Amino acid sequence: MSMILTAVLALMGLAVVFGAILGYAAERFRVEGDPIVEQIDALLPQTQCGQCGHPGCRPYAEAIADGEPHNHCPPGGEATIVALAELLGREVLELDEEHGEVKPRTVAIIREDECIGCTKCIQACPVDAILGAAKMMHTVIESECTGCDLCVEPCPVDCIDMVEIPQTTQNWHFPLPGSAPGLIATDRQGAITS
Amino acid sequence: MNLLARMPRWGVHPAENKAQSTARPIRQAPMPAQLILPMQQHIGAPAEAVVATGDRVLGGQVIAEASGFVSARVHAPTSGTVTSIVEHAVPHPSGLSEPCILITPDGLDEKLAPQPLPAYQQLEPAIVLEHIRNSGITGLGGAGFPTAVKLGSVRDAKIEYLLLNGVECEPYITADDRLMTERASQVVGGALVLAHLVRPQHTVLVVEDNKPDAIAALRLACQGTAAEVRVIPTRYPSGGEKQTIQIVTGREVPHGGIPADIGVVCTNVGTAAAVHRAVVDGEPLVSRIVTLTGNALAEPGNFEVLLGTPIRELLATCAMDATNLDRLIMGGPMMGFALPSPELPVIKTTNCILASAPGELPAAGPEQPCIRCGLCAEACPAALLPQQLLWYARANEFERAEKHHLFDCIECGACAYVCPSNIPLVQYYRYAKGEIRHAEQERIKAERSRERFEFRTERLAREEAEKEARRLERREAAKRKAAGKADPDAAPATAGTSPEVQAAVERVRQRKAAQADDGSQES
Repeated sequence: MSMILTAVLALMGLAVVFGAILGYAAERFRVEGDPIVEQIDALLPQTQCGQCGHPGCRPYAEAIADGEPHNHCPPGGEATIVALAELLGREVLELDEEHGEVKPRTVAIIREDECIGCTKCIQACPVDAILGAAKMMHTVIESECTGCDLCVEPCPVDCIDMVEIPQTTQNWHFPLPGSAPGLIATDRQGAITS
Repeated sequence: MNLLARMPRWGVHPAENKAQSTARPIRQAPMPAQLILPMQQHIGAPAEAVVATGDRVLGGQVIAEASGFVSARVHAPTSGTVTSIVEHAVPHPSGLSEPCILITPDGLDEKLAPQPLPAYQQLEPAIVLEHIRNSGITGLGGAGFPTAVKLGSVRDAKIEYLLLNGVECEPYITADDRLMTERASQVVGGALVLAHLVRPQHTVLVVEDNKPDAIAALRLACQGTAAEVRVIPTRYPSGGEKQTIQIVTGREVPHGGIPADIGVVCTNVGTAAAVHRAVVDGEPLVSRIVTLTGNALAEPGNFEVLLGTPIRELLATCAMDATNLDRLIMGGPMMGFALPSPELPVIKTTNCILASAPGELPAAGPEQPCIRCGLCAEACPAALLPQQLLWYARANEFERAEKHHLFDCIECGACAYVCPSNIPLVQYYRYAKGEIRHAEQERIKAERSRERFEFRTERLAREEAEKEARRLERREAAKRKAAGKADPDAAPATAGTSPEVQAAVERVRQRKAAQADDGSQES
């Protein structure tokens, strides 16, 4: 009888001690915010374009954390979907075409002669990349533009163009060499005869 | 001598093919009809043009100013007129165009008065360094890093060895060989200027043992100076900066570090000669020595070429047989890249133009699967695992490639040279490096965009809150005003205590209570 009592007491004692440690740790090392949202946000391309249906990348990150599909981001493309799937342990999905398709990176350019200085694009820009004042010509700070498209629609005189970022020797890099060879001779016949 | 014992085991021995171009002394290339001067002839930010179309320029005049710390000036090589500033194809593996200044020489070759720094030994190193920066000097060995930046970054470090790299291990190229043979005093003079800047314990000129003439000339020029000549065995790629340092000092540059971290500064001998020209003769960098070689040329040799000279004119000088031309390569056969056309200019980093005849540089056979023979790992001068890097590059597993020190690869091509399966290993590494750099740039951009977006969101919220606060303030003010009107005698601060107001407040309260009751009954 006393053996059982000793065992029960010992276990209770341990439970109290560990409970106290866990309780302390929960207070001492409390995690502020939701780290998974931060991690998802870090993988999103930060164009803030809203094509996913959310007003910016962070809101979409929160939505993904709440269970929304992770294939609603056209600027991120396949690479972002794969990275998100890996992070969340979900399946790699095809990009949801409903939200747009993968396009090359662009930058907004204002045709400055035609700008009437209405400031509507300035208010639309999610990253404050348009410079100007009322009744003054506006211009895009190209290095800060994410190519999100959001300034094009509000412009009453249609003077904003989305221009593909040109390839220069600065941003060019070597392509992948021709496809890797097959393992048996018949796979390589094309390479040998050519 | 302990040098042989220290000689690492990596490397390969490709056919040298240097004799074709060493037979004749350096010749002056004829004045071209047009000079094409790219704004980007170096690593770093492109220079910015400071002349306009139609300007007359003199030889040695600054035509483009450095546009940042890591950047280099461009000078007019001769007198003439700026015909235009346009995008022109530049020598780059991509074959793309870059802004260039086009100058039509007038043939008078008028020059600005030289501005030497006499008695530089008595000057502060910072002044000499500024002079080198203003002379537009970049590394002439290959990468083209601005020399003043390189020397400036080591000023505080204690330097034991200053190495002048005259190894020139790549096949076909003999520009440094001829320079050292014919202008040894310039090379040694430049080495002494550099020694004044970094104050090393030893100034060593490093040459491979396949250049006996250069070694003899340098030994003669070194007599009575603090500089010495060190001869190393011929092996490719001993001329890589880190490899030269390893052979001569036995030290290895740490991953991600620079030679100054281990007390070494290494510059090319051509760069040293350019420094000598700038400091002692007062001439900026407007020309360089270029090897023109290959079986498609009837008269190969080395030429002193004005920067910006179109390659087509140089090939004509060497009597090229166009029908016999297979490939045109800038640099050597191991590390060079094919040029899409001869309409490209010579730039600061052009050490060799190789015009090969058919069969001279046989095209690599079809790529076959890796058989894990390990020859590439033996050849690699950076002690990497080329096969492993190949798998990762093919599978786009860039993170793992980076963990296997992909960025320590110097792209020398020794692995691809020994590969029995003809795998273009270096191309895979270049692809992987490009993808990693691109991803890094995207990440930095995304980070900035996020910051700006968050700042904007915060700003909008703050503005909204301020607006709300102002609105409340106005309402309060209006209320007080109304109360003041209702009871002109009462002071605004005590308005709430007047009997009328108290009565009004009481009425409102009662009405609200009644409404709340109604609401609760309805619901």
